[in-house]
Amino acid sequence: MKEKAVLEMKNIHKSFPGVRALQAVDFTLCEGEVHALMGENGAGKSTLIKVLTGVYSKDEGEIYLKGHEKAVAIRSPQDAQNLGISTVYQEITLCPNLSVAENMFIGRTKGMGVNWKSMNKMADEILTSLDIPAKSTQQLASCSIAVQQMVAIARAVDMDCKVLILDEPTSSLDEQEVAKLFKLMRDLKSRGVGIVFVKHFLDQVYEICDKITVLRDGQLVGEYEIENLPRVQLVSKMLGKDFDDTSEIKDDSLTYKGEDASEKIFEAESLRSNAGIKPFDFYIKKGEVNGFTGLLGSGRSESVRAIFGADRVVGGTVKKNGKEVKIKKPIDAMKQGIAYLPEDRKRDGIVGDLSVRENIVLALQVLQGFFKPFSKKAQYEFADEYIKLLDIKTASADTPIKSLSGGNQQKVILARWLLTHPEYLILDEPTRGIDIGTKVEIQKLVLKLASEGMSVTFISSETDEMLRTCSRLIVMRDRKVVGEISGDDMNQTKIMSTIAGGGRDDAE
Amino acid sequence: MSEKKKTSGAPQMLGAKKQGMTDTNLLLVITIVVFFAMYLFAIVFLGEGFLKTQSFLDMLGTSGGLIITACGMSLVMITGGIDISVGGVVGLVTMCCAVNLDQSGGNIVTSMLIALGIGLAFGLVQGYLVAYLDIQPFIVTLAGMFFARGMTTIIHANPFNVQHEAFTEFRTTTVEIPGAGYVAEKTGKYIPAQVEVGVLVALLIVIILFCFLRWTKTGRNFYAVGGNKQSALMLGINVKRTKFLSHVICSVLAGIGGYIYFMHVGAGSPQNATGMEMDAIASSIIGGTMLSGGVGNIIGTLFGVLSLGTIQKIVGSAGLDDAWWTGITVAAMLCIFLVIQSIVIARKKKALK
Repeated sequence: MKEKAVLEMKNIHKSFPGVRALQAVDFTLCEGEVHALMGENGAGKSTLIKVLTGVYSKDEGEIYLKGHEKAVAIRSPQDAQNLGISTVYQEITLCPNLSVAENMFIGRTKGMGVNWKSMNKMADEILTSLDIPAKSTQQLASCSIAVQQMVAIARAVDMDCKVLILDEPTSSLDEQEVAKLFKLMRDLKSRGVGIVFVKHFLDQVYEICDKITVLRDGQLVGEYEIENLPRVQLVSKMLGKDFDDTSEIKDDSLTYKGEDASEKIFEAESLRSNAGIKPFDFYIKKGEVNGFTGLLGSGRSESVRAIFGADRVVGGTVKKNGKEVKIKKPIDAMKQGIAYLPEDRKRDGIVGDLSVRENIVLALQVLQGFFKPFSKKAQYEFADEYIKLLDIKTASADTPIKSLSGGNQQKVILARWLLTHPEYLILDEPTRGIDIGTKVEIQKLVLKLASEGMSVTFISSETDEMLRTCSRLIVMRDRKVVGEISGDDMNQTKIMSTIAGGGRDDAE
Repeated sequence: MSEKKKTSGAPQMLGAKKQGMTDTNLLLVITIVVFFAMYLFAIVFLGEGFLKTQSFLDMLGTSGGLIITACGMSLVMITGGIDISVGGVVGLVTMCCAVNLDQSGGNIVTSMLIALGIGLAFGLVQGYLVAYLDIQPFIVTLAGMFFARGMTTIIHANPFNVQHEAFTEFRTTTVEIPGAGYVAEKTGKYIPAQVEVGVLVALLIVIILFCFLRWTKTGRNFYAVGGNKQSALMLGINVKRTKFLSHVICSVLAGIGGYIYFMHVGAGSPQNATGMEMDAIASSIIGGTMLSGGVGNIIGTLFGVLSLGTIQKIVGSAGLDDAWWTGITVAAMLCIFLVIQSIVIARKKKALK
């Protein structure tokens, strides 16, 4: 074991049925460093962390910890905790029915009993010192998601840990809260805690981390000091493509203009839904890619949901090719050739226990009616065609979708809608939480579909992505459409100023 | 409470008030309020009979076994499980104890040990199957129920009253409650209020379990496991052991409850405690324990059992003595409770947004 290292994982192997998730991976964490673990979805980051925290058992390999002569055996999350390894997961792993204080202390206090008074007092002290707006006696379910996340971090921090693992901890935090978290991380770093940081946002990684370990397809690519690894190289290492390759993708995307679009295929007038957005007008031309942009909660999703009939429409008209159509429910929209890829993949998108094939055929089956099922053979043909077309990484068409990685699940849902051959495709945050490689693929696909005559609405929190794919942006603020940007105006500054409050005058 | 929430308007202030209370306590308050409302209703409309301390104590006496069994049920339900074998276990305990006392020459101590042993055996087997082999608790305890009912008949097919002298004396022993009696009008004699021993045992168990769930780590783990199994695991709780323990305790309590029930009826019969598991589930739910797990309170369960008892008495006093009237009233009551619970929880969630 190296000097100063608090954790060393050597030659870790782990296989799942049909997938070799980790092959001969080494990982070293030193005292007082923030170490980013990077890789695309399915690269093995989560598996490596779950091996370290005792959720999965490893097939092969050793884990060494500072202060232990021999390799340690971690068989359960409890073992990991006792060894000083704390974890904050991407999803909240606390109990919503317990109080904040209990969530911070359960499973790690000594003795038989629970001393509520001292527990609450200690919890309040920690909460105040970390500046977390929660009370110790409050039921956890009554806190916002961000606060719950911070409570999880507070728990991990208080555990006097030597190794702290943060698995996508900032997904639900806003900027201020992220800053607070980073301050906390620096504080811990100075106390000699080793921090493993898993995150897709490069900005955050470069802001806080000292070292980067890159994984790809379950194998170790390498460990790098952050100053020796420019971003472009990091991305190319993660993707396993040369630098030139990635730049080519960008050039390719930039060439799209979408000027030739002429006829308005869908048109909406003063459309209003029960989700609380102001009435808005909207149109999309054939073969056009447009986008809704705005801050989180500005009503982007609500707008497209109104178009698709996913929320109850309470006013306004929708015209298709100039003729008025009634869209009350999603099935009405589907019959008019609209497809909608929802924002929340897990809740509204996938049917976890069904196979990839069944998930792909679902929408088309609904359109055709359940009394006219497709033959098995036809289903396999559909599924295989799209698995190949979208390069979906799955063991077979019969694998349950929930065992796929996030990016591949998204592709399956995309395949489901493409199979219905829609005239108008709405993609609501199709690239959230998936790796860069798949992001680029999806962006390219969108442009290809548009060039074939499909109209696409694309929503993303990353303005870069919107600029690359869309030819017209509809800007929203406070649940209202406040502007439209197209042509030469399409740049970061213009978007920012419109979002911030230039208003309609500027945009037109 | 966060700073942000404080600044928001009046409607949220109402929500803020409720926020201070956990789901468990909120449901407990509802249960207790409804119980007292119902009892008051009975006193006003159905006469003085409900005012007498003794009549309340009699109701407790009838419910002693059910209180203990329902407490065990609540425990399992709090961890997100269910145990429908408890009625069968109670039946089996009564029959085994009856046979032991009258036909095998046993005494009070051996019969008690038998009751405990049966409970423990069921708990160990069912707990192992549920927790370590990860089989659905409903299926496991369904099998347990059939097994217990079958065994009861095998041990002795016909109902019979226990003649054992020492036991008869033991079971009819009552404890006087000082100051709760009344002076009979006609004779002017003081008639003390009496309560069965079983009731005291039941109340003791309620208190012990309440403390266990509130102030021990193991007790809090029950809530954590019921709240979110996966999270509990990540928080370092031994989920399997917790589930195992909940089933063991539940079955042991069913054994004890069976003995108390046996002391009350004084007979062994395959018909004993028919449907008791359902009464136990109903009491738990009325008491504010949620089938989805993670929410519940033993004091609530006690009031749940008392509510059931009161309903039966009200139905009886109203002259609707047939069993189905009780069933229908209990059903209506359960519906009302579940609706109230879901409305309150939903409103609370809404107030948060």
